[in-house]
Amino acid sequence: MIDVAVVGLGKMGLSHLSMIKAHPDVNLVGVCDATGYLLDILAKYTGVKTYKDLGRMLDEAKPQAVIIATPTHLHAGMIRDALQRGIHVFCEKPLVIDPQDGVELSELAAERGLVTQVGYHNRFVGAFREVKRLLDLGAIGTVGTALAEAYGPVVLKPSGRTWRSQRATGGGCLYDYAAHPLNLLTWYLGSPEAVSGSQLTSIFSTQIDDAVASTLHYPDASAQIISNWSDESQRKMTTKITLWGTHGRIYADRQEIQVYLRDTAPLPEGYKVGWNVRYTTELTDAPWFYLRGEEYSAQLDAFIRRIEAGQTEGLNDFASAAATDRVIAMIGEDAAREESRLTVQSASGTVESAPRGRFSAALSALRGGK
Amino acid sequence: MTMETTTTQRTMDRLLFGDNQFFGVNHMSEEKARAQQMRFQDTDAIMRVLDDAYDAGVHTFMCTTHDRIAEIADRVRANPDRYADMKFFPCMPYAHKYANAVTEDGFLGAIRKFLPEEGLLDSIARGTSSLARKDIEGVTTLLIDAELKMFAGLSTPVIWLQNVVVDLLSGLGFTDAFRIFADHVRKRYNAEPGFITMNLPRVLDDLDRAGVENPIVCSNINKIGFRMSGGVDGYLEAMEKRPFRAVAMSVFASGAIPPREAIEWVCGLPNLESIVFGASSKANIQSTVSLVDEYWPER
Repeated sequence: MIDVAVVGLGKMGLSHLSMIKAHPDVNLVGVCDATGYLLDILAKYTGVKTYKDLGRMLDEAKPQAVIIATPTHLHAGMIRDALQRGIHVFCEKPLVIDPQDGVELSELAAERGLVTQVGYHNRFVGAFREVKRLLDLGAIGTVGTALAEAYGPVVLKPSGRTWRSQRATGGGCLYDYAAHPLNLLTWYLGSPEAVSGSQLTSIFSTQIDDAVASTLHYPDASAQIISNWSDESQRKMTTKITLWGTHGRIYADRQEIQVYLRDTAPLPEGYKVGWNVRYTTELTDAPWFYLRGEEYSAQLDAFIRRIEAGQTEGLNDFASAAATDRVIAMIGEDAAREESRLTVQSASGTVESAPRGRFSAALSALRGGK
Repeated sequence: MTMETTTTQRTMDRLLFGDNQFFGVNHMSEEKARAQQMRFQDTDAIMRVLDDAYDAGVHTFMCTTHDRIAEIADRVRANPDRYADMKFFPCMPYAHKYANAVTEDGFLGAIRKFLPEEGLLDSIARGTSSLARKDIEGVTTLLIDAELKMFAGLSTPVIWLQNVVVDLLSGLGFTDAFRIFADHVRKRYNAEPGFITMNLPRVLDDLDRAGVENPIVCSNINKIGFRMSGGVDGYLEAMEKRPFRAVAMSVFASGAIPPREAIEWVCGLPNLESIVFGASSKANIQSTVSLVDEYWPER
């Protein structure tokens, strides 16, 4: 049995608490939150030991592992408190606001031999895992182009008094929503060497972004990211990924994967040339306890199993989440660099002035000309 | 049919018509879900399908408390002759609106937001003192009443607690809430409480502990074990041995099982009382009805 404590009782914290309390190998030793109301109700009706101070909970309840689901700006300090006491950490995404913190915490965990994991649950979705498996098998060859998207109905009116409406506390579509497709891209394609064309757009919010667009550059590929959390045409959050490779194309969302393979593709078992569709019903096993999607259960189960096995490196460990944080920070920085854009004034290839601009030179190079 | 349980309640219809298809819920394809959302944004389109189901003998509509359902309820109320045998089995709460409100206003703010605005003095007192005492009974019953207002004057013999809430409470060990829900629904609405869950064996234990006897419980029951947490064997054993009234949903596993195979299998299970299904066309409704006629003639 692993003794686990939970800090933060928002939407994610409450659902983590429910799932982890139901885990057969877990003994829940404490719950911590800043607001006493919910704590008192939980204590009264479920008998769980509650705390308003994290340090006290870690010292008194002595958990072997802690689940952190607080606002993002609080993550770094809380993670450090836990790691320094030799406690394994599962933390909600994104990991931290300053990527440097992520690197340091990842090193601290490695030094102490502790298990870390971040709640990028999409890596536990059957369809997205199948994408990874197919890429590793080289099914669609070398990926040259990719599109990663996330849409949903979060901010639909100009208001906002919570931490999600402030950039400094980790709010905004970039941190909250775009983080998911970006995390899939870093899983599938690795860390980009550059980002460009980043745009953070406010729709309803005054201090933060409600939509994100950017281009990620890899040695042989580029990926577009588009995300919008003010999109009520979506019933709930949807995350999609499309990858084009030399041997075909993969599209995936939470429910299904659609794969088109050229006749040049090395066919994985069960796949054929042309269209292949697999649904969540065949890609997903029922977990020990289901609350809101198999992936949420599966990621907590993976965390507990890694602790039991003493496996410090694993899916979504701090090191991998730090790579995503880094891309998030780069997009934020790039979006503020107006001068880096090619404007109509600075472009050399206008019809009157330049007989041969960079664009036509590039085109001609593609055609094999000089 | 014979039920080896202690129930004295009237049985439910063998087929209950669900509403996922009307609101873009499809567990297999986001594209299909969107196409359905487009088609059913007009309430007339929903009514036409409901009429097809009603005319095929499917008289129970098991629905969420989505705002759009209020429009459906209005239409049924306005045509008492046309819908003389129509029954609603509301499932509450409509979880998405609460989840979004919690994100926006925090836990307490979300509760306050959904308490009736122009409520009676009684309900204000019930809510406020209950919030202050950290006694969930008052708030819970108020929220139930707020959700069910749209069904006033209609027949609601079974009222369901949604699976996200049931399973959240089950995981937390908050089983008192099941008893509070059951008592309120029985007393105030003269209805049977129902519980929807993705974790049937576990929730049966919880309901036992909460003292809810012979409960109506709805869960995924399908041949391939899709979203049957606790395993197919655990479900089958529960149906064989435990005293509860089983309702099967997702019998086609979102289309992964061919209809005939799915219905034949589920109709062969012991102690199943009803099947919830969704369909968007007359042909699919009729096909399910005739398959059930064929494999479940005694019901």
